[in-house]
Amino acid sequence: MNSLITRAKELLENKSVQVVIGYEAGPTSVARPAFITDPAKAGTLIYDERCVQNLAVYLTKPEVKHLGKMAIVATLPVMRSIMMLISEQQIFADSIVVLGISADGSLLDIADVKVMQGYIEKSDLGNPEKYKELLAELNKLSPEERFAFWQKELSKCIKCYACRQACPMCYCTRCTVEVNQPQWIPVQSNTHGNMEWHILRAMHLAGRCISCGECGRACPVGIPCHLLTMHLVDQVHNYFNVYAGTSEKMSSVLSTFEPNDKESFII
Amino acid sequence: MSDFEPKVVAFVCNWCTYAGADLTGTSRIKYASNVRIIRFPCTGRIDFMLLLKAFANGADGIIVSGCHPNDCHYTSGNFHAKRRWIMFKELMDFMGIDMNRITFSWVSAAEGAKWADVVNTTVTRIRELGPYVSYKELVNKSVEEEVKNE
Repeated sequence: MNSLITRAKELLENKSVQVVIGYEAGPTSVARPAFITDPAKAGTLIYDERCVQNLAVYLTKPEVKHLGKMAIVATLPVMRSIMMLISEQQIFADSIVVLGISADGSLLDIADVKVMQGYIEKSDLGNPEKYKELLAELNKLSPEERFAFWQKELSKCIKCYACRQACPMCYCTRCTVEVNQPQWIPVQSNTHGNMEWHILRAMHLAGRCISCGECGRACPVGIPCHLLTMHLVDQVHNYFNVYAGTSEKMSSVLSTFEPNDKESFII
Repeated sequence: MSDFEPKVVAFVCNWCTYAGADLTGTSRIKYASNVRIIRFPCTGRIDFMLLLKAFANGADGIIVSGCHPNDCHYTSGNFHAKRRWIMFKELMDFMGIDMNRITFSWVSAAEGAKWADVVNTTVTRIRELGPYVSYKELVNKSVEEEVKNE
């Protein structure tokens, strides 16, 4: 990944950015996020199949933002997250440099948002293949079986909110779960409250999820909570024919409407 | 379960369905008394969490009703609500929660008879479905889980 290192070093040396957000090898076999501020340390950057985290989550964190202008190593899901964050005016297009990584792991030349949009539009935007099967399997079950499946999974939830922390779209500084007047979601973990939390999370991400699967990956007890948001990704595309994170001008599905939206269940 | 009386909670908007329900009364139309009407400023105000809380607090069925499209007092509240319900319904189906227990409808201030009809058909359907046992069990189980953890 020499071209990535060279580019990162160059950006830091000529002070076009103050920090490069990328991946580095951790003490174990996993890759971890790296925040490079010193051009001499750009050599620690890596990119290989271990680099799976969605780094876009750091773009809205104050402790990273205060470092200055950022460059970010971005695979397709990260680029789509960035697009979503720009469209929701959480970051400004000219305040970050995107070091795009193509599907085969080579460095892309992403000069500006237009180029990024062009690249995103050419890519496959649906849910990743490995999750499609699981979704189809769940959809084949009867409602009772699905209810049982989710009760079993959600009973494991320990309310650590790692799913929320790992998600680039969950950037609210005051989340509903931290509100106690009224207390929408019980603080303690119980199956019913856990279900309410996961419904709330999925609904808040409806039309905004870009199917990176980071929430499911972050879950310490292995709840496939990414399937909830991914199911809604399918449904949003089905009903409204859009995928999130494809344009800097897009407003999310639930914050807008068309007078002729089709449904069949309202009498 | 012949003595089962369904508890139905109706979330209605102030401008259309609430006035419609009023008309049902002033027109002396009789309808099922199982419904508890909760008035909201607009369908756009009806948070999906309120529906979950209704089930959690023992409702067997829910009615959500507001102004017809293009008739919203606030111009677009019901359009936003419509999109939200489309997503909510799909998510609930995916999680195996019984959407036959929730009726969504548009009832205008002039449709007193339609309101009676919406309530009656919902109550009849819930009566056939019986109490929402699986949700009530889930809530009870969660209370036990909490006691156990303490």
